[in-house]
Amino acid sequence: MSAIASQMTKNRSGILKVLQGSPVMGPLAALIIAIIFFATQSDRFLRGENLSLILQQTVVVGALAIGQTLVILTGGIDLSNGMIMALSSVLMAGLAVSSGVNPILAILMGFLVCIIFGVVNGSLVTRIGLPAFIVTLGTYNIAYALVRIYTTSTITNLPAPLLFFGQTFRVGSTEITYGSVLMVILYVIVWYVLRSTPWGRSVYAVGDNPEAARLAGINTNRVLTEVYTVAAITYGIAGLLLVSRTGVGDPQAGQTGNLDSITAVVIGGTSLLGGRGSIVGTLIGALIVGVFRNGLQLMGVGSIYQVLVTGILVIVAVSIDYLSHRRKA
Amino acid sequence: MSRKLFVVLSIFAAFAIVLAACSSNASTPASAPAAPAANATAAPAGGAAPAASGQTVVGLITKTETNPFFVKMKEGAQAKATEAGAKLLTGAGAKDGDNEGQVTALENMVNAGAKGILITPSDTKAIVPSIQKARDKGVLVIALDTATEPQSAVDALFATNNFNAGLLIGQWAKAAMGSKQPVIATLDLAPGITVGAQRHNGFLQGMGLAKADPNSSDLVTASQVVCSQDTHGDQTEGQTAMENCLSKNPNINLVYTINEPAAFGAYQAIKAAGKDKDITIVSVDGGCQGVQGVVDGKIAATSQQYPLKMASMGVDAVVNFAKTGQKPSGYTDTGVTLITDKAQSGVDSKDSKFGLQNCWGNK
Repeated sequence: MSAIASQMTKNRSGILKVLQGSPVMGPLAALIIAIIFFATQSDRFLRGENLSLILQQTVVVGALAIGQTLVILTGGIDLSNGMIMALSSVLMAGLAVSSGVNPILAILMGFLVCIIFGVVNGSLVTRIGLPAFIVTLGTYNIAYALVRIYTTSTITNLPAPLLFFGQTFRVGSTEITYGSVLMVILYVIVWYVLRSTPWGRSVYAVGDNPEAARLAGINTNRVLTEVYTVAAITYGIAGLLLVSRTGVGDPQAGQTGNLDSITAVVIGGTSLLGGRGSIVGTLIGALIVGVFRNGLQLMGVGSIYQVLVTGILVIVAVSIDYLSHRRKA
Repeated sequence: MSRKLFVVLSIFAAFAIVLAACSSNASTPASAPAAPAANATAAPAGGAAPAASGQTVVGLITKTETNPFFVKMKEGAQAKATEAGAKLLTGAGAKDGDNEGQVTALENMVNAGAKGILITPSDTKAIVPSIQKARDKGVLVIALDTATEPQSAVDALFATNNFNAGLLIGQWAKAAMGSKQPVIATLDLAPGITVGAQRHNGFLQGMGLAKADPNSSDLVTASQVVCSQDTHGDQTEGQTAMENCLSKNPNINLVYTINEPAAFGAYQAIKAAGKDKDITIVSVDGGCQGVQGVVDGKIAATSQQYPLKMASMGVDAVVNFAKTGQKPSGYTDTGVTLITDKAQSGVDSKDSKFGLQNCWGNK
């Protein structure tokens, strides 16, 4: 890295060039600095159980942010993701508990509803050509209403399969949830797909310049519809993770999932303009939010400052992205 | 370095300073004629924040950061914690009903070494499994203001008897209406929340219009209730709800509201409709602005509750638990007083002067 950096210093904006070369470096540096800072502030911070907890607390937004990253890479945005997650989670819980459906089948039906929403989002964006912002604002409200039409009270006493990802296994003396592992695996899969498959490259191409992508023979409408659908499946996984983490089907969940996931994506260095960014950055972005929330709490700082930090991180991240992008142009 | 990047980094550094200053203030606001925290550079303001060994750590998790009720609760807890030499951690959901935010705060406080956690559950059922996990680790958990479902999910509950709070305004309204036939609108909280149901049901029982289970989270109703709307305790939503109720039935003459912000919203709608002389509004809370509403004649009667007392009792209980290992149990009623300037015979009440002396929030 230093070799590249020294080469870059010929140009006045060396730091920006490095960030531009690898957009993950900025967020990664911020994450490491934050971890070091909190480790000096609380002797409890670096304990295995606490780090495992931060990971657990990141799984729901982390899973939502995978789908959000895919959508944002195509130049779109998904405001409906938190409510699609909430709808799938109350359906999974409600079908299994109130309707006596086999829990595995209930989970699958939750996913089915997610897929339907994904196809609807994708079709409206591609077939009618509506802006993603408007389409997903609409489906956000539809999913919000459907949750409340389905249930207004919290669903408890869930069967074991729904709680599996909240269970833990031990590594040394540290308990890690299966949900944390699932999230990390998902990130690895999506990282591989985006990096090394033609489909992954077409996602970037569509976001970077849809017209050029079309001329290069990519069926942009099909890619977009697939992206919204795959994204919706990750919201279903988020729903399952949410249910297993909190142990209940909660009709009030997910209302800020859209903004929380966009926050993770943006802090992770993915451009809202589409075509640039990385899924690893998103994971780091989600972890940064989790680290600050946990670390500030351990320090005894009021939770309103956690919100303040998040706001500042978003602005810093977007500023860096904007500055490095403009210099490139 | 480019100037713009410099600006961004400066903002970040400035923020680090603010944060360092806050962290030392947050832990001991009253006692410390503060260390020169303002001089702190980007380097951490060491020493002040981490829990000193032997100091009891108490967590307080409220529904939101902003509601004056919880602000007062926090003040009460902080004052008591300072007095007892304990360290107070605070947390809250992003908004009313945000269960996951409360779960996260709860987990973080357990990891921060909290001996006991005081919580006003946003979602009375959903929080239960997480509370159980904390209790399994030996943490004392006390619910403040709002009971969990089941109530036994926590070690103890320090709260207003919300059913009684509703009962009092119901009894008062029945006496105040006299022989007039009541045509009632209820501006409620949200579905499935115990507090909202208890106040609503207590009110209707006090009116003598319905019988209800004081612990139920389901709303009862009566034929005299012509309109029921959820307001989430919000003034704007209260206004919209009242406007809708008035267009549904213009003969409404009595309005029950879940809290005073909802009552002010209702008053706004009623005044705009020119009916402020014909309609009586009753409410629950006893916040300073609410009691001022009683003085101004906007709210006829309100049941006053005492958040500061709940919180200071809670901190006391945790500190005592840390010293003696004794846990509090069951339900402790922190009291409720009917505040009105139109006292009715047979219903105990105090005037708005008493109300203003004992109210919470900004005057």
